[in-house]
Amino acid sequence: MNIHEYQAKQILAKYGVSVPKGKIAFTPAEAEEASREFLAEAGSVCVVKAQIHAGGRGKAGGVKLAKSREEAGSIAKELLGKVLVTHQTGPAGKEVKKVYVEEGCQIARELYVGLVVDRSTQRVVMMASTEGGVEIEEVAAKTPEKILKEFIDPAVGLIPFQGRKLAFGLGIDKSLINKAVKFMTGLYNAFVASDASMAEINPLVVTKGGDIIALDAKMSFDDNALFRHKDIEEMRDLDEEDPKEVAAARFNLNYVTLDGNIGCMVNGAGLAMATMDMIKLSGGNPANFLDVGGGANKEQVTAAFKLITSDPNVKGVLVNIFGGIMRCDIIAEGIMAAAKDVGLKVPLVVRLQGTNVEQGRKLLAESGLNIITAENMDEAAEKAVKAAKSA
Amino acid sequence: MSILINKNTKVICQGITGEQGTFHTRQMVAYGTKMVGGVTPGKGGTNVDGIPVFDTVGDAVKKTGANASVIYVPAGFAADAIMEAVDAGIELVVCITEGIPVIDMVKVRRFMEGKNSRLVGPNCPGVITPDECKIGIMPGHIHKAGRVGVVSRSGTLTYEAVDQLTRLGMGQSTCVGIGGDPVNGTNFIDVLELFQKDSGTDAIVMIGEIGGTAEEEAADFIRKNVKKPVVGYIAGATAPKGKRMGHAGAIISGGKGTAEEKFEAMQKAGIRITRSTAEIGKSMLEALKK
Repeated sequence: MNIHEYQAKQILAKYGVSVPKGKIAFTPAEAEEASREFLAEAGSVCVVKAQIHAGGRGKAGGVKLAKSREEAGSIAKELLGKVLVTHQTGPAGKEVKKVYVEEGCQIARELYVGLVVDRSTQRVVMMASTEGGVEIEEVAAKTPEKILKEFIDPAVGLIPFQGRKLAFGLGIDKSLINKAVKFMTGLYNAFVASDASMAEINPLVVTKGGDIIALDAKMSFDDNALFRHKDIEEMRDLDEEDPKEVAAARFNLNYVTLDGNIGCMVNGAGLAMATMDMIKLSGGNPANFLDVGGGANKEQVTAAFKLITSDPNVKGVLVNIFGGIMRCDIIAEGIMAAAKDVGLKVPLVVRLQGTNVEQGRKLLAESGLNIITAENMDEAAEKAVKAAKSA
Repeated sequence: MSILINKNTKVICQGITGEQGTFHTRQMVAYGTKMVGGVTPGKGGTNVDGIPVFDTVGDAVKKTGANASVIYVPAGFAADAIMEAVDAGIELVVCITEGIPVIDMVKVRRFMEGKNSRLVGPNCPGVITPDECKIGIMPGHIHKAGRVGVVSRSGTLTYEAVDQLTRLGMGQSTCVGIGGDPVNGTNFIDVLELFQKDSGTDAIVMIGEIGGTAEEEAADFIRKNVKKPVVGYIAGATAPKGKRMGHAGAIISGGKGTAEEKFEAMQKAGIRITRSTAEIGKSMLEALKK
């Protein structure tokens, strides 16, 4: 699950990570009011930042400086309702529905600090780089030696010497080393305590006044751990998510929208990906990834059908089920009930394999439904592609 | 011969009194697995179909001599269950549970350092040595005893591959589902090493998927150490970047972990790759003919 910058900063602040003061605004008037506090001193500026779940907002024109309250209001007016297209939003972009108004700061240096779980070492790794403000993927690809890494033992947490190693490695002035270590310790503690899957401070800023602050903050969380973080789950912004994926999650279905025209329903994530690949190999394009899980019931199958067929791009549906513990005859009954319930307007190809496959196929054949059956995955994919082309 | 488990493996089930635990314990017994006990804290002294239930894994090991455990407890309690099994000295811990928080698994792996247990999973179908012992949720009847080893990150996709092998007359020595989570107990290399040493395994099917670099590392290991023919397949060639494809570990992040990179690494290592799921069995048949 992803959250907005302002929410990430709220979480980080609780763990002692310094962040600029800021206020969230949903209207230009709110933005104008919010800027009052930050513009009190003569010569001060504030920053108005579009809040969407994607990086690259600065380059796309979503982050702007304001010197007066009026200016803050007019920037907010311009940003709110605007569709921002960044390298992370895809070509359709994302509509800005709120802005974060933040105090300005005098930047001396821009650095990078991030945390992820490293699969190879099976530890949380803190990465730091002097290339702040630049995409870390780019740094990793071009100059991997510029990324410093510390692997953290979960039994003891980030040890101060590890923080010092990173801070000295970044060339942070020795008078600020303790501030930097405190920042990193807070960041690691926030990461672990909130079951984050990614935390990125880009840029981490050393101010001219000698502070170390998170100028931007990005966090995402392990969906599997949300059950123990109700406060974080409440930060979920459904406006930022694909409505179909949200609907699917309600039925415990794993669904991802794709841009093809063959809807897929498969049991198991690996087999579901393999089915998409087979459609592509047969000259077609999958409209979605959909894993109904190992023990899908009739309600889930029906919900899955509704989801798939509600996509106007879908010109054919491919159901690929390998019945393991689940019996194929029960699955066939679920498909039939769902097809009757939802109505079949596009060709449906069904491939069943596994336990009680004969009974399952017989049921489908005698159902009176216009179902194209297939025995193997390649045959199923070919038939689905062909059917979708002629539909 | 086989790896990890055989007809002498004595298995307990953690979470045996839960719906999943009871159901799959019965399935495993029906397959011929030696189920010697179960564990549910607070239900010690009862039984499931005559299989004794204990309060702790320690008790179960003492009374039954179990050397393997299969875990079906809910995700929020699974890390605790794994560590209890490891602490009790269980040699092989197979965790079926899906949805364990990653940070919990990081702690589990740290806890396991220096201890003698092997963990398979979590979020996996389990391990099966056909006609001898089944520890997990896979449908036993699609397997056939033989000499091909199978290792995979996926559940139903493994069944698909096994089914093809069996239909083409190629039985399996052991099939190991290592699971779809980013932090797990046993990786490809661990299993490949065991298959290479196993005199009962002539060839290996390796099924990977997008996300992480485990397949690349495994390919490198195969190039250096595995002398037996390997057939490789990667799921997710059409998966979009940055989207989690069902499995917690199946995500292309920062442009890394694509199917193409993995296929390429496999090819470089001399693995016979197939891009069609439907041809995993056929590729193995060809590999064995050579």
